[in-house]
Amino acid sequence: MTERIIIAVLYVILAPFVIGLLDGFDRKISARMQGRRGPSVLQPFFDLKKLFEKEFLTANKSQLFMIRSYLVFIVLSGILFFGGFDILLVVFSLSTAAMFLILASTSTHSPYSAQGTHRELVQIMSCEPMELLVAVGFYLATKTFNVNEIIAGSAISNIVYLPGFFVGFVFILTIKFRKSPFDIATSHHAHQEVIKGVTSEMVGKEYGMVTLAEWYENAILLGIVGLFFLNSNPVSIVGAIIAILVVWFLEILIDNTSARVKWQLMLKLAWGVTIIAAGMNLFLLEIIMG
Amino acid sequence: MEMLVAALICLPFLWAILPAVIHNSKCRAFFVYLGCGIVIALSVFTAFKWFMAGGQTTSFDLPYREVFDEVILVGDIFLMCLITYLSFKYKKGVISLLAIVQTLLVAALELFGPEVKELPALRFDWLTLVMILIIGVVGSLIGIYAVGYMHGYHIHHHKELTDRRSFFLAMIFVFFGAMFGLVFSQSLIWMYFFWEITSVTSFLLIGYTRTEEAINNSFKALWMNLLGGCGIAAAIAIGILVFKTVNLYDLIDIAIVSKYMGIPGTLCLLPIACLAFAALTKSAQFPFSGWLLGAMVAPTPSSALLHSATMVKAGVYLLIRISMAMADNYVGNMVALIGGFTFLAASCLAISVSDGKKVLAYSTISNLGLIVACTGCGYEETIWAAVFLVIFHAVSKSMLFQCVGAIENTTGSRDVEDMQGLISLFPKLAVVLMIGIAGMFLAPFGMLISKWAALKAFIDTSSVYVSTLMVLFICFGSATTMFYWTKWMSKILGASGKEKSRDLTKKNEYISMFFHAIMMVALILGFPWLSANVLKPMTNEMFGTDVQVISYQNIVIMIVLLVGVFVIPFINYLMTKNSKAKEVITYMGGANCGDNFNFVSSTGDPKEMHISNFYMEDIMGEKKLFTPAIMISTFIIIVYMIIVIGGAF
Repeated sequence: MTERIIIAVLYVILAPFVIGLLDGFDRKISARMQGRRGPSVLQPFFDLKKLFEKEFLTANKSQLFMIRSYLVFIVLSGILFFGGFDILLVVFSLSTAAMFLILASTSTHSPYSAQGTHRELVQIMSCEPMELLVAVGFYLATKTFNVNEIIAGSAISNIVYLPGFFVGFVFILTIKFRKSPFDIATSHHAHQEVIKGVTSEMVGKEYGMVTLAEWYENAILLGIVGLFFLNSNPVSIVGAIIAILVVWFLEILIDNTSARVKWQLMLKLAWGVTIIAAGMNLFLLEIIMG
Repeated sequence: MEMLVAALICLPFLWAILPAVIHNSKCRAFFVYLGCGIVIALSVFTAFKWFMAGGQTTSFDLPYREVFDEVILVGDIFLMCLITYLSFKYKKGVISLLAIVQTLLVAALELFGPEVKELPALRFDWLTLVMILIIGVVGSLIGIYAVGYMHGYHIHHHKELTDRRSFFLAMIFVFFGAMFGLVFSQSLIWMYFFWEITSVTSFLLIGYTRTEEAINNSFKALWMNLLGGCGIAAAIAIGILVFKTVNLYDLIDIAIVSKYMGIPGTLCLLPIACLAFAALTKSAQFPFSGWLLGAMVAPTPSSALLHSATMVKAGVYLLIRISMAMADNYVGNMVALIGGFTFLAASCLAISVSDGKKVLAYSTISNLGLIVACTGCGYEETIWAAVFLVIFHAVSKSMLFQCVGAIENTTGSRDVEDMQGLISLFPKLAVVLMIGIAGMFLAPFGMLISKWAALKAFIDTSSVYVSTLMVLFICFGSATTMFYWTKWMSKILGASGKEKSRDLTKKNEYISMFFHAIMMVALILGFPWLSANVLKPMTNEMFGTDVQVISYQNIVIMIVLLVGVFVIPFINYLMTKNSKAKEVITYMGGANCGDNFNFVSSTGDPKEMHISNFYMEDIMGEKKLFTPAIMISTFIIIVYMIIVIGGAF
């Protein structure tokens, strides 16, 4: 139990640093792919610091408490995940968190954030079946939803049983990370048609908190990627880290080689991949497991 | 106990005469309040007394059972005549055939059929306890709400309609009596009688306004429910002719035993299949969803009644009863697939509509689909989840309908798009609406725990393809459910540029709604207690085991989440309330007119900006999905019924 508490505490402290650093490398690599020099790898931290120092401007003051709730719920989900609790509850908790972001964004009556919010809702709807199915997949393979028992009870990595689930999950990760071609709810560049979409009306510390929450959320998502490769042997941690880095690089590659699609196509693609990859895997696994 | 139950069943029927004959509005209102008060008190007292006595399942008869048997036979014939008369009057004579065939079948078998063993007609157990509390408390509150609502309905909004309030309020009491009778019956003949009363009463309530649309929709409800009645009649016929019993629990036992005895064929399952079919029509599952959507034309209290405490709950009640006999067989598979499919299809359809009542109607169908799927699975976890869902759904749906009704009376529209910024215009109504929506889907309320249990159970279901399909239905259905509720919530919490206006909601409407809100919060806080002291004994009694359905650790996590949903935003609200902020206007590409609600149009004049939700009509629209959904579900039912009936002979 103490071990689980330590990991959860480490998550709360370290996740922003690790993911922030990954984000810094992401920008650097993206820049190199585009033939630019790119900012320092520490740039995300400078940005975050600057956001928190800005004057607090807002179109609706009640936005702030919803954004804080969003952040707290994401961290809570992360504690549940890294503390080794029920993975299905982690998914439910994450979608509760997302709802606070939605409510925060629509409370301003801004055309761009409303546009972004509804696209964000479509994104959530595209991803949620796959997230739930991942939990189902782990349950089928290991007969438990508990993250610590999934790891302790697996003699070999669960990726062996769940390749379809893994493919589906990596696919929706692009949506979750807000990477192109699925960066439709918010964009990294304010000159595009959605402006900054769901975060259009969030400035200063509000935007800082959203960024921080996204880092915490990305840590959970990458953690789930790692979970596919972890087993009762501690050496598997190395494999998990390698897998996470490969998936992370793949996402950068996809981001830099594709153009944004419409939400209709995203919904169809995400659900299609979910049904084909995860659904087939589920069906076969049910047959094998009896 | 017998006397109490007799009072509970008979009193509402007799009390219905009072509002029917009193035409003075004030005086009638008094008697309706009094009647509702008595029904609440009586149901709570009965439940409490039984609970305190240790919660032992008891079978018993009403005093003068023979008289009641006669009354029921006469009543069946009377209902048949009434249906025949009305259907010929409105030139829909074909429908009366359904009623005549089934009533004559049941009556003939009862009078001239082989002798069946005489067993007590009624039974009281844990599920009955839950049901009488729902019917008594939620139902009566709707009765109280109805008095105020119907007053406003006729005096302010619909002056053109004939005022038939006496009839309306009387029917509500008839509904209570029929529902109480239904949940106590263990004799199928008794159950059939009460079942038919609910069908006819709902038909009369839907047709209340007597407009052409109302009449058409009411007959649609009638034929679908009569078709379900045929299912019960068939079950009675098979029971009498083959098994020499009309006792529901005997038929369930026969079905369960046949599985272990290895009796060939599915003859023992046939009565269960017929009952399940009846229950599917009553709980408005696809392909029988049309009647519940049509029921929207009736005044709001009757929608609230049909959707929450009565009618559709009768269907799922029967399914929960027979779920033991449906575990891992064809009937169970049929019910689970229909339920799962309905859960997904109705929640997709709910995305594409903007009429508040219609969203609620689809969400009822969808939510009932989840309950039906749980019962079809027939495991301990799913029954536990199903009963929880029934409780949460009854309270929150009743509250939501009342609230939407009140909003319509106040603002003149029940369209979700017109509820923009309700929180600043009518905060009280908005808060009630938010609590209701939260009760319907938000983690960790009803939906979460039941989805959790349902997913776990479906993975363990033995049939591979049913299991796979069910898991997919639930995963996709929960994503679409999230979509339509969240977008409604975001509408309510948005900003509004409108002027505040007067809240026309009557005091008694508020009393009912606040009482619901308090119940909702109490249910949420009392959920571990409820699970340990009511639902655990119930599942243990049904399955004869003694296990905690949901682990201690998960209960703790759920309480943490639960407290979180209330406390985290609240603390954050308090902490940020006084933070200094500079108010700015939103970004509109520089076209603002000084506030967030208008922009400079191409003519240079300020124009109001409307922000609309996504409805995805080209993907999820009714035109696109409704007919295929009907076809797919009809196909599932026909195939499974053929398998069961074909296997029996």
